[in-house]
Amino acid sequence: MNFKHKYMFLLPGLLVLLAILIFPIGFTVRLSLSSWDSFYPGLDFIGLENYVRLFTDDSRFWEAFGRLSLLSLTTVFLQYIIGFSLALLVWKEIRFQRLFRVLFLIPMMTTPVIMTVVWRTVFHESLGPVNDFFSLFGMQPLWLSSEILSKFTVILVEVWQWTPFMFLLLLAGLLSLPKEPYLAASIDGAGPVRTFVYVTFPLMAPISIGAIIIRLIEASKIMDTVYVLTSGGPGTSTETSSFYIFIKGLREFQFGYSAALSITYLIIMIISFTVIAKILVKLMVRGK
Amino acid sequence: MKITSSVSLLAIGAVLLAGTAQADKWSDQFPHIKNSGDIPGQCSYEAMSKKDYSGQKLTINTHAVPVMGEPTALHAEQFSALTGAEVKVIHTPAGDLYSKAMIPFQAGQTPYDIVFGFSNFLRDWKQYLQPIPAKYVNMKQMQDVTQGHIDVNSWGGEMIQFPIDGDRHYLKYRKDVIDNPEYQAKYKAETGNELRIPQTWKEYAEMAEFFNGWDWDNDGELEYGSAEVMKKDDLMYAAFFSRSVAYSKNPRVKGGFFFDLETMEPLINGPGFVAALTDWVEATKYVPPGGMNFGLGDEINSFGGGQTLFSYSWDDAFVAAMQDDSPIKNKVGAAPLPGSDRVWNRLSGAWEDTYNQAPYIVWGWTAAVAKESKNHDMAFDYLCFFANDANHQADIAIGRFGVNPFRKSDFLPEIYVKNQGWDPEIAQQYSETLLEMEEGSTNLVFPLRVPGVFQFNSAVATGTAKALAGQLSPQEALDEVAVDWKKIVKRIGADTVREAYAIGVALEDSE
Repeated sequence: MNFKHKYMFLLPGLLVLLAILIFPIGFTVRLSLSSWDSFYPGLDFIGLENYVRLFTDDSRFWEAFGRLSLLSLTTVFLQYIIGFSLALLVWKEIRFQRLFRVLFLIPMMTTPVIMTVVWRTVFHESLGPVNDFFSLFGMQPLWLSSEILSKFTVILVEVWQWTPFMFLLLLAGLLSLPKEPYLAASIDGAGPVRTFVYVTFPLMAPISIGAIIIRLIEASKIMDTVYVLTSGGPGTSTETSSFYIFIKGLREFQFGYSAALSITYLIIMIISFTVIAKILVKLMVRGK
Repeated sequence: MKITSSVSLLAIGAVLLAGTAQADKWSDQFPHIKNSGDIPGQCSYEAMSKKDYSGQKLTINTHAVPVMGEPTALHAEQFSALTGAEVKVIHTPAGDLYSKAMIPFQAGQTPYDIVFGFSNFLRDWKQYLQPIPAKYVNMKQMQDVTQGHIDVNSWGGEMIQFPIDGDRHYLKYRKDVIDNPEYQAKYKAETGNELRIPQTWKEYAEMAEFFNGWDWDNDGELEYGSAEVMKKDDLMYAAFFSRSVAYSKNPRVKGGFFFDLETMEPLINGPGFVAALTDWVEATKYVPPGGMNFGLGDEINSFGGGQTLFSYSWDDAFVAAMQDDSPIKNKVGAAPLPGSDRVWNRLSGAWEDTYNQAPYIVWGWTAAVAKESKNHDMAFDYLCFFANDANHQADIAIGRFGVNPFRKSDFLPEIYVKNQGWDPEIAQQYSETLLEMEEGSTNLVFPLRVPGVFQFNSAVATGTAKALAGQLSPQEALDEVAVDWKKIVKRIGADTVREAYAIGVALEDSE
């Protein structure tokens, strides 16, 4: 029997894959080898010049990358802790359980840019309600224009917006856990803390790792929050890699160079996430 | 010369005011022009109603509502009703206007017949734009545009962008405070200085500091010294240049403000610019809390809402302050940008201890027709209609529209008194300030209009933002900007940048 026709059924999927994944990446690689900008449009060939510039003459990108690491690791860590706590809270039968589950999901369902505009108004240092409150105690914290506090504000907004995502994944994980280990723990006389440490947490490790990696991938693309809240300021204190690539590409119109930044960023991210996933598996699954 | 100008202005004013009184059939149909009715002209309501563009489609990319986006949509609707054209208006955030047009331009596509943007896009956009046909350049409506704004919209003597707005940075101040005898006495007693419209940035800083952080208008709220655009990348570089011109634009030194035209060496880290940035860093002490994160909208709201003593940038804050619903209507004044008591001479390498002031004719809104558009006639008619006399008079009275004076007839105080209820003295001062900047000064600075202008401005924004945030000293920050500028010039080519920059320098040096 000839099964060659089966390849025909794979063709549409393959074409879609080529169109939406392979071609853009291939084109970006080609673009990164050109000097395309506002004045010289077109795919000329300049070899690795853009990459040389990035590695030898662009400390701002690497500083932005360091900032991105700090912001994404901190926000995801906080999201995991808070998301897990909230999931545990509504896992068992409690009053208004359904209401709480919906309530906790609301931030995730709102549009990030719009909510960031709202947060920007809330934290507005002279007109916002937060400083109205603090002024009662004679304080006016600079939420958006202090180097340290602006980072804190970005983290706060990110945690508020995306903790529900973590909550949702972890709650789904908790609801799918088998009952037998808990019965065994109960027979052995384990209290709630020991049950969590020795039963719930290990059983949740695979889904925790998945949730953390998914959120890390998303958090590393942080752009809209920074763009709306601080534009990367004050100075460059909240400028992240993606925002910097956006500036180079769509503000300064250095397409060739921003493509080189994007490809470099992509490679670093693939390597980083592979390493992080391995560390998490070692810590949370094998480490016990 | 001045007498001739004044007589001409009076004549134009008389004609305009005579034409403003009557309601007509067009104002019944289009209430936007209810104060003036239709005003005869090549692109009046009457003239447009005789055109027939039925079955044709015009696509416009403009700014988000309300600034420029609202009048674009309003006039599109009117144009459609008059001519039968189908007009599609797409609204785009300011930061994306350049790229949203540039990407299809470079790809050889024409999704928009008309593109709105800023006048400093001109060098990068010009090869994709259709020059304004002679019949529009020579029409009466265009003859009323000031020479400065003809220049801003032209390249090498050819008009490419259609003048729809006029922009310059000038000083706005709280007249009820500066002119208040009680505060004048208090200021004199405590500082030994006169409380007056600040003549220098030093005076500006002293007064702003004095009036910072207390309730000087007795409204129960704290007021502050100055509202400025300091948010990184949000037009902040224009604010920095406004502060720089007095220290760096020496009327006795020709050949470039941003670069030495001969060598194309950046001048941005010279002592004049450093002095301005040092002042600006000091200014962070007398802006409202969070003022370092103020974008243009915040600046407008802050000064327009009565929160600060001073402000300087585009007209919008002043117009907002003078609108009917403003708590400080008729309590504000306009004046030229402060000067300095010394100016850097880069040829002698020394400061000249003499008073210097220079107006900054900053870029503003403009619009143009895509070269590859199939609807050139209709597109130019739309722009001409947008800026016709009746629409223009109505538009400049609405602060949120972002349409500011750019015609000689706009500098008649009577218009603002009659149409907008301004105090005659304030209207007079406002008109004189703007007109003097346009026509009176011989030390103008025009915006940078060179290939890759965004790369240069972005470098300035990053450097100055670092200085404001305390990450670098003013000298270090501007040295970093100069290094970036050198790299950009090298990438694009010194001769290419020089060729474009020479056009701006010629405008400055010919004054």
